[in-house]
Amino acid sequence: MIILALMGFMAVIGIAMARIRDLFAVVILGGIFSLLGAAVYVILDAVDVGFTEAAVGAGISTVLLLGTLALTTSEEKVTPESRSLVSIVAVIVTGAVLVYGTLDMPRYGDPTAPINHHVAPRYLEKSGDEVGLPNVVTSVLASYRGYDTLGETFVIFTAAVGVLAILGRSRRQPKRKRMKARKG
Amino acid sequence: MSHLVILRIVSKFLIPFIFIFALYVQWHGDFGPGGGFQAGVIFSSGFILYALIFGVSLTRQAAPAWLTRAALAIGVLLYSGVGVAGMVMGGNFLSYSVLADEPTHGQHLGILLVELGVGITVAAAMITIFLTFAGKDR
Amino acid sequence: MELVGLLNYWIVIVLMMTGFYIVISHGNLVKKIVGLNVFQVSVFLLYITMGKVHGGTAPILEEGIALYSNPLPHVLILTAIVVGVATTALGLALVVRISDAYGTIEDDEIDAMENND
Repeated sequence: MIILALMGFMAVIGIAMARIRDLFAVVILGGIFSLLGAAVYVILDAVDVGFTEAAVGAGISTVLLLGTLALTTSEEKVTPESRSLVSIVAVIVTGAVLVYGTLDMPRYGDPTAPINHHVAPRYLEKSGDEVGLPNVVTSVLASYRGYDTLGETFVIFTAAVGVLAILGRSRRQPKRKRMKARKG
Repeated sequence: MSHLVILRIVSKFLIPFIFIFALYVQWHGDFGPGGGFQAGVIFSSGFILYALIFGVSLTRQAAPAWLTRAALAIGVLLYSGVGVAGMVMGGNFLSYSVLADEPTHGQHLGILLVELGVGITVAAAMITIFLTFAGKDR
Repeated sequence: MELVGLLNYWIVIVLMMTGFYIVISHGNLVKKIVGLNVFQVSVFLLYITMGKVHGGTAPILEEGIALYSNPLPHVLILTAIVVGVATTALGLALVVRISDAYGTIEDDEIDAMENND
């Protein structure tokens, strides 16, 4: 019940984010959105995920978005009426198809759902003996699925290198401008 | 924002605790919620708080560009190095059981090192990204 | 009555479509990235919802507890969140560069400039 209430709040904030044109308000609402998401994760037993979302979604990405707003602009132009009408139709059709798709999905919390019958029970039963750590998420993350995590770490590495390549060099530009201004 | 006395004093109080909490999350991730990803993000948030209050140039003195860039690579290399060490000691890539006499001890060691690698890379990546954004203008 | 168990998925779909709407209907590039973030969180929620088991607890092994929620989606989403913020940062860096080059971050204005050249 409390999950539905929290997710309802998230939906309301999401719609508000779509309608507000002041980007500063949108970014702050985005932080609240992530924090509510973290609460939902904790209630759904994903404590590690809630932890990460609270630190990353509500913290770092909000700060980065605010930094971008400081470098660009914080007011959005009005979208043309025709464009939003077309988008609303597209969104409603896609949403209806997705809702139709959920009809034969396993119900919420069903222990007999297919997702709970493949490798997950094995991790829960054997990881205590094989790896010897209480936190199953850590043993799956670092040991059973070590390749996955190695790849993800490389993605983060690449993203940081990419940001450096895109923004790092243009730091020289303002200096040149300043020199020009001084000469002028 | 360095002229705001309350922000300055409170952040100076908070930053050591943020770092200690990050280290706790890093090393305690095997037993409770936490691990390299979260610890890296929390560790970098200490630097980001400092940069927000005291400015980028002071932060760059604490975390110079060569250091964060090297750390970025060291984390990934540590992770892959643990994998290669498993191969050298007679197992497969990233199999930790051969790292020590007993399989579970090897797993403990491997996971500890791998999470440390993840933590170093994530922290360095977040610090690099933020300081690049913040240092671009102003 | 059977359908009550699907309510969570439906709210996830509402969130997903909100993010989708923000991405396709707004021309502002920062707003588009915010929309992608909303979409991303909704996908995370879908995974975590599927991993929940009635009566289960968080997957941290403890004496006397028999039923745990599925740890596998948690692992996948945990890494996806951190990768998500790294890729968001890359996208924002591109937005800043575009704003430097064109002086605007509205996609129709950029299109108009491209066509004039």
